Amino acid sequence: MTGANFGFAAPTAEAAGTEMTYIAAISEALREEMRRDGDVVVLGEDVGGSFGGAFKVTQGFADEFGDRRVMNMPMTENAFIGAATGMALMGLRPVVEVQFADFITTGFDAIVQFAATNHYRWGAAVPWVIRAPADGGISSGPFHSQNPEAWFVHTPGLKVVVPATPADAKGLLISAIRDDNPVVYFESKPLYRSLRGEVPEGDHTVPIGRARLARAGTDVAVVTYGAMVHQAVTAAQTLEADGIDVAVLDLRSLKPLDTEAVLELAVATGRVLVIHAANRLAGVGAEIAALIADEAFDRLDAPVRRIGGLDVPVPFSPPLEAAYRPDATRIADEVRALARW
Amino acid sequence: MGDIPLPAPPPETQLDLYRWMVLTRTLDDRIMALWKQGRGVGGTFSGKGHEAIAVGAGLALGADDVVAPMHRDLGCYLVRGLTPERIVANQLGRITGVTAGRDANLHGMGDLELGIIGFVSHLPQSMSTAVGAAMSFTYRGEPRVAMAFAGDGSSSTGLFHEALNLAAVQRAPLVLVVENNQYAYSTPLSQQMAIDDIADRGAAHGVPATIVDGNNVEEVHSAALSAVAKARAGGGPTMIECKTMRMLGHAIHDGAEYVPAELLEHWRRRDPIDRYRKRLLKRGVIDDEGVSTIDKECADAVEAAVEFAESSEWPDPASVERGVYAP
Repeated sequence: MTGANFGFAAPTAEAAGTEMTYIAAISEALREEMRRDGDVVVLGEDVGGSFGGAFKVTQGFADEFGDRRVMNMPMTENAFIGAATGMALMGLRPVVEVQFADFITTGFDAIVQFAATNHYRWGAAVPWVIRAPADGGISSGPFHSQNPEAWFVHTPGLKVVVPATPADAKGLLISAIRDDNPVVYFESKPLYRSLRGEVPEGDHTVPIGRARLARAGTDVAVVTYGAMVHQAVTAAQTLEADGIDVAVLDLRSLKPLDTEAVLELAVATGRVLVIHAANRLAGVGAEIAALIADEAFDRLDAPVRRIGGLDVPVPFSPPLEAAYRPDATRIADEVRALARW
Repeated sequence: MGDIPLPAPPPETQLDLYRWMVLTRTLDDRIMALWKQGRGVGGTFSGKGHEAIAVGAGLALGADDVVAPMHRDLGCYLVRGLTPERIVANQLGRITGVTAGRDANLHGMGDLELGIIGFVSHLPQSMSTAVGAAMSFTYRGEPRVAMAFAGDGSSSTGLFHEALNLAAVQRAPLVLVVENNQYAYSTPLSQQMAIDDIADRGAAHGVPATIVDGNNVEEVHSAALSAVAKARAGGGPTMIECKTMRMLGHAIHDGAEYVPAELLEHWRRRDPIDRYRKRLLKRGVIDDEGVSTIDKECADAVEAAVEFAESSEWPDPASVERGVYAP
């Protein structure tokens, strides 16, 4: 590890814990919160019974917590997300699984019009979490690969988090469940079983709104989140051979955004690349680039660059999806260009 | 619908139903007058003609129950305990209003202490919310009931069917009051649906539905009491379709010229308050003096509310970003 630490939490300095997959960490967080707090209930399509969800996050939950706490829903996102809001208004802490983040649109009104606005309009807290399995890169086609986080970041009243590591998957889910606001929790499907890491045991929370320095570096800063964090770290390792020292900032939370961490790193490096798997146009990266331009323009040595998905539906066939989606090679090329600027 | 005469409720209940309806109408009329005088802020809605539904159904709930009323259910907000002061102040965008200037007219007038869920324009979002509230009561084993209001217009949305289905599957302690007031904005029922009764939509989902004369407060109240008792006893959801008429436009700006005059006249003769007053006079539950007293009490309460609201402060512009998130 090279470079200064800029006062961030030390990268990979996780407390001793158990090594597990990203998806196991999600499951563990949910199970521990349900054991701790009887107000936490789970609802969604196929989450109950012996099935335990399309990705098995809630496998065994119905046995442990009963059908009344792990509720299979009819195919009615608009109604069951609305129902979750009603439960939350009455003091429960529902955790809703939308089977794929792509399907969250069928409950859009319930989220952005009602749940998100209640506290501002009439002071009513809506403490629910929507778990949304998102992201692609695994040949799942246009309707099982999307990253729709920008719509929710654009909505006042919501919080939006995107964990990139097993430890953060657990810590952010526990924090989201305990938060008194509606939180949309985007899970990275490609990381579910491919990524393992140490996960602190027991009551592990990660504050919503705090970025994590995934890799320290002094020459170029990569600001990203979700699965792209790992592509960026891989690219950074490649670039060591080029003598380019790359910092990678894992945002973890998109709303609220850790603007302080972004600006601090932008100022420290003067060269910033923003990356997300969601399509680039009007994506979260545009806001981050604008933030840096607004607040740190005179400290930059190069224009802020962005890499994102193309402005097309996420294609299915591997060569097409690879052309759509940012990866370590493209990231490394863009960083080299920035370093040369 | 009104074939079998209902036994009259106790005299004190009759007086309650009447008094709340008169207060509702007086407040509604006064708000309309304020707007016509140019003293209003933004737009507003009248629930004229819906008083028997809002009051009759609202008064069927217990103190621990919750309700999700809409924009024509002024009477329901009143019977749950929102004061005319807070309501008028809300309509005028003042700091003393229910939403402290955050939401318009009857929108967002929620107060969980009073068991009221604030309303949102995207109907019938309040219906699925009420289903969820009802599910939380079942989960916790609480003998509470959730009531939702929906209209003929929103009964054509997918969400109406989704929420009804969910309520039925979950056997949620829900009472759904459908105000069939013949028009969704300017669109008459004949262009909204090919069935005569919205109650039929309950049958499709296994939700028993009853049809009542929405301009007969005792009929509404009685049906609501039965539905609430059934829900509380674990009997699941009920829909009550209340046939009525929206007597003014969709909102204050709308003259509703598209409504045939003879249709309005037909319903004017069945005005819920006039009818009930005559009935109570005939039964001897009230006399002319009692009628005048209630009129005066309501007029005074409304006048005081207008004075309170108009003399209330505007919200501080510096507070505009406050309250988006729960602390």
